[in-house]
Amino acid sequence: MAAGSERLYLRRRLINAATLALSGLAALFGLFWLVWILWTTLARGMDAMSLQLFTQMTPPPGVEGGGLLNAIVGSVLLSGLAVLLGAPVGIAAGTYLSEFARDSRFGDAIRFVNDILLSAPSIVLGLFVYTLVVRPGGGFSGYAGALALAFIVLPVVVRSTDEMLKLVPGQMREAALSLGIPQWKLTTQVLYRAALPGIVTGVLLALARIAGETAPLLFTAFNNQYWNTDMSAAMPNLPVTIFQFAMSPFEHWNRLAWAGAFLITLFVLLVSLGARFLLLRKKIDHD
Amino acid sequence: MSMQIAIAAERRHRHDAFGDWLFRKIVSAAGWFVLIALAAAAFSMYWGGREAFAEFGPGFLWSQEWDPVREQYGALVPIYGTLVSTLIAMLIAVPVSFGIALFLTEVAPAWLRRPLGAAIELLAGIPSIIYGMWGLFVLAPFLAEHVYPRLDEHLGDWPLLGALFSGPPLGIGMLTAGLVLAIMVIPFISSVMRDVFMTVPSRLKESAYALGSTTTEVAWDIVLPYTRSAVVGGIFLGMGRALGETMAVTFVLGNAHQINASLLMPGNSIAASIANEFAEATTPMYQSALLALGFVLFLVTFAVLALAKLMLMRLARREGA
Repeated sequence: MAAGSERLYLRRRLINAATLALSGLAALFGLFWLVWILWTTLARGMDAMSLQLFTQMTPPPGVEGGGLLNAIVGSVLLSGLAVLLGAPVGIAAGTYLSEFARDSRFGDAIRFVNDILLSAPSIVLGLFVYTLVVRPGGGFSGYAGALALAFIVLPVVVRSTDEMLKLVPGQMREAALSLGIPQWKLTTQVLYRAALPGIVTGVLLALARIAGETAPLLFTAFNNQYWNTDMSAAMPNLPVTIFQFAMSPFEHWNRLAWAGAFLITLFVLLVSLGARFLLLRKKIDHD
Repeated sequence: MSMQIAIAAERRHRHDAFGDWLFRKIVSAAGWFVLIALAAAAFSMYWGGREAFAEFGPGFLWSQEWDPVREQYGALVPIYGTLVSTLIAMLIAVPVSFGIALFLTEVAPAWLRRPLGAAIELLAGIPSIIYGMWGLFVLAPFLAEHVYPRLDEHLGDWPLLGALFSGPPLGIGMLTAGLVLAIMVIPFISSVMRDVFMTVPSRLKESAYALGSTTTEVAWDIVLPYTRSAVVGGIFLGMGRALGETMAVTFVLGNAHQINASLLMPGNSIAASIANEFAEATTPMYQSALLALGFVLFLVTFAVLALAKLMLMRLARREGA
């Protein structure tokens, strides 16, 4: 009897040790690839780093040298316009969800659709903007590219605004309303101020997300080998340039692609860290 | 005097009421906009693909032909590629993500949990094009040199399984695409699973520990049953990502329009077909066929993501109750 239970106990402990070891291995396995990818990007990106990247245009085939200046500027313009388009609508929709439709069915329907939009394939949004703007005569343009990216910004901002406004204590609303402040003033001057770090975090996360998006730009902003700041024409941009240069057989194009990949990764990591820091600081303030 | 104050108050009241009315209209229009955006996206692709649907009928879905010269299009090859690469990715990613989530919630020492969890969340933000480039320049050559020849040598002659792993070690192909996809969705799935595992009330877990359960038994008999639907939801969320992923796959799939039993051979997927061919689709029918592919992809991911959301909501509802 005692020997039997002893054996059972041993067996359970062995199974437990094996499971725990496996879960540790899984964590190592996951980290292993991710470290490998980051290391590759860092090593090859640093290797291709030079001042030329920021002073010269993307080179035509067969020409050595060149940089990424036009692509970097194009990407900044596209992402900037996308945030300008997507963030206000997102903040407004998030406000609606949190302040006017918190427990309503219609609000839940919007949240449901928004969450699907959040994970929808980005290439589908590119096709959408293509049929909406590019095909009816607009042609490839920076505006189309920014619009496609704005559809990615939108659900990120909607969700974070909704969640952050919900965190603002109800007493604050009651206190303001009891003073006779109209709802729109309450929202814009009290709630937005209280939730500002959270809302800004959402916008930053959206920016990090679109910085490297390639698929929606392929047939909206397209690409442009030359310097261009005219948003109504095809825009040069980093992700599509990286795609084309990485797929090409030219070695120096591949190097430029790695340099671009490094810049984007660095930007994305810095922006996400900044967003986290912002939220963390707010938490400390409240404590 | 008091009359004047009353008039001013009245004017102010009307002013405020108008402001409230306008504000409400503006924000609810933005709410509607989210709904309309998704519907319009679906409709635009359906509308763009209607010529292909009309020309090829439902046979579009199971025809293998993809011939821009003769204007014959069928979606079977890209659909097959999308499903197979996603399946491979999920087979790898699900157990690994489960292990990571378990490690982060039950196993790791408390000081390690936060930084490790944050690292995994940060890595989920790396753009997919980086994964694709790494797959093409680093992983594919490595696999072609060290792994695939051995797979072919050792497994290639097995009955049934052998057909999956035979062929020349090109490096790019279904298996590589599946692996890159898996690496990409692991951070997604594991962070959802971790969040879900953390919702299990600690008194439940502590009760089990008090009865003498091991950590494994707590995970299997308390944590998993409590979170089952949400865990499935998290898996589906990752699957939705994998199905529609474009850049990570386009680099390593090989853009070959063929169905091959061997996983070592190149193939194609819906998203990769669109990314590779859309810019050069000059005839209306070619473009329509690609838009029809986009519509199919939209429907599939919509169904998977909607299911994921419903599964996740089930746990959230119980949480609230």
